[in-house]
Amino acid sequence: MEKVLLKGNEIIGEAAIRSGCKLFFGYPITPSTEVIEYLSANLPSQGGTVLQAEDEIGAINMCYGAACTGNRVLTASSSPGISLKQEGISYAAAVELPMVLVNVNRCGPGLGGLGPAQSDYFQSTKGGGHGDYRLIVLAPSKAQELYDYTMEAFDLADRYRNPVMVHTDGFLGQTMEPVVLKDRPEAPEVDQSWVVNGCKGREKRILASYSLTNEVGEENNLHWEKKYKEIEEKEQRWESFHTEDAEYLLVSFGTTGRICKSTVLNARKKGIKLGLIRPITLWPFPVKGIRPLVDQLKGIVTVELNTGQMIEDVKLAAECKVPIHLYRRQGGMLPTEDEILAYLEDIFQPDGSGEVHE
Amino acid sequence: MKKVFERTKGLSDAHFTFCPGCTHGTIMRLIAEVMEELNIIEDTIGVSPVGCAGFCQDFFTCDFVGAAHGRAQAVATGIKRSLPDKMVFTYQGDGDIAAIGTQHAIHSAARGERITSIMVNNAIYGMTGGQMAPTTLEGMKTTTSPFGRDPVSAGMPMDFPKIIANIPGAVYVASVSVDSPKNINKAKKAIKKAFQVQQAGLGFALVSILSTCPTNWGMSPVDSLDWLRENMLPIYELGVLKEIEEVKNL
Repeated sequence: MEKVLLKGNEIIGEAAIRSGCKLFFGYPITPSTEVIEYLSANLPSQGGTVLQAEDEIGAINMCYGAACTGNRVLTASSSPGISLKQEGISYAAAVELPMVLVNVNRCGPGLGGLGPAQSDYFQSTKGGGHGDYRLIVLAPSKAQELYDYTMEAFDLADRYRNPVMVHTDGFLGQTMEPVVLKDRPEAPEVDQSWVVNGCKGREKRILASYSLTNEVGEENNLHWEKKYKEIEEKEQRWESFHTEDAEYLLVSFGTTGRICKSTVLNARKKGIKLGLIRPITLWPFPVKGIRPLVDQLKGIVTVELNTGQMIEDVKLAAECKVPIHLYRRQGGMLPTEDEILAYLEDIFQPDGSGEVHE
Repeated sequence: MKKVFERTKGLSDAHFTFCPGCTHGTIMRLIAEVMEELNIIEDTIGVSPVGCAGFCQDFFTCDFVGAAHGRAQAVATGIKRSLPDKMVFTYQGDGDIAAIGTQHAIHSAARGERITSIMVNNAIYGMTGGQMAPTTLEGMKTTTSPFGRDPVSAGMPMDFPKIIANIPGAVYVASVSVDSPKNINKAKKAIKKAFQVQQAGLGFALVSILSTCPTNWGMSPVDSLDWLRENMLPIYELGVLKEIEEVKNL
């Protein structure tokens, strides 16, 4: 298999092409712009279409239209642009359109800065737009995962007829790393009996989210809820790192999830029984990864690039049975592995009686 | 008995939900007849807006996609770019295309999207109960301009098709009315042309259609037609506002 050195954002573009993505609609915004640039250079020659829209609102609604026809479609943006897309995302969730959204997070609120952040966690996992809907949210922590998860995002979107978000940040988007360009996995059998493509030989179809009858509205909500419950049951994903005997646990995703691996290894060198749960799906949140560990744990630290957002889901997952603290950096700053360990030692005073790993 | 007239195949048997005297129904029938005459019903995907016009998805017999308020042009763009061989049209009110969706319409035209756009201009927001629209006339009373539209604070009405006609990618722009049998016939010709422009792949086509809203204007259907003629026609000039050579030759 081919191994290449590419920027994170370019890898997303390449993964989309190899996933059979036919259409990209977007609007430039740092630090996500290389996605539209890469696809502008490389998708048309593969028979696809790239359109630079008038704004993010236009772009997401173009995705909505294209997704109605059953073709694979992608958009990518960064935090303020994702805010503009929220209306369209809500409509896409209501009509149950498969599409992949990439948020290369920058720090905010407002125009904010370009450095890595996880400040859109709430927006991505709790709805973001109006109404009661969920996105499947995948959080890569390195280049290979940008590639793999983007590919998987298309399959998940098709399988559940639901928008899927790849939640990354400017650090991952801008870093060059080697990536193995794996072949597209066996695509799931996709039901396309709902798409709109002209009613030749069949009844006309309407894809819309309008329901003025309350009874119908509730039926719709129950239908979506059932789907979300199924996703929660089947699609929770996480990486466990040295959790088997862990007395203390870090929970961290994306860029900080990666940094936390070094923290765990450094702690083990000091005999501290530290482990890591790195959520891969931010929604559904990997409750199943955390809950079985609760009885063996003395404390949890979530490491985030925000004022503490994921920590709420960790507290729910642990049912508040363990002391849970937050270590965070903000505004585009990243923590070092030592900072995180120093914080953990300060808070929990671990005894270091474990086996010392060199 | 010999059947001498029947409903166009472009319309379903769903009952129109429009108020008495509203001309949405007339306009929808014209579009449906054009689709039947061009034999494109099964190849067409319509995009419905928000507002009274939004119900159109139930009345036409072609496939339909419901857009968020103002986004029909962007949704239609996505459909057309995905299925370039299909016919795609939008049906939008004046508020949808010329207020909340202005940027999408202007840039659809600028890109020369091969779509057909129908704008229904009744100078008011009907569905929400008669608020001021970008097309509301100077001095016209609405629930949000209860003392009459004041140009000092609310500006002057926008003649949107004229704005679109200035954009190179727009190859056919017509302004028509459905206030009389003669104008209805002209409106149908314009609608047909706008679909033929798309069939020929020439560029963006817009037909703006002056329409009535007796309920929110507070008038009888007949008085509404008179009011349209007396007040709207002097402001919104009828006729073909733009037609490139290739369109003339269709």
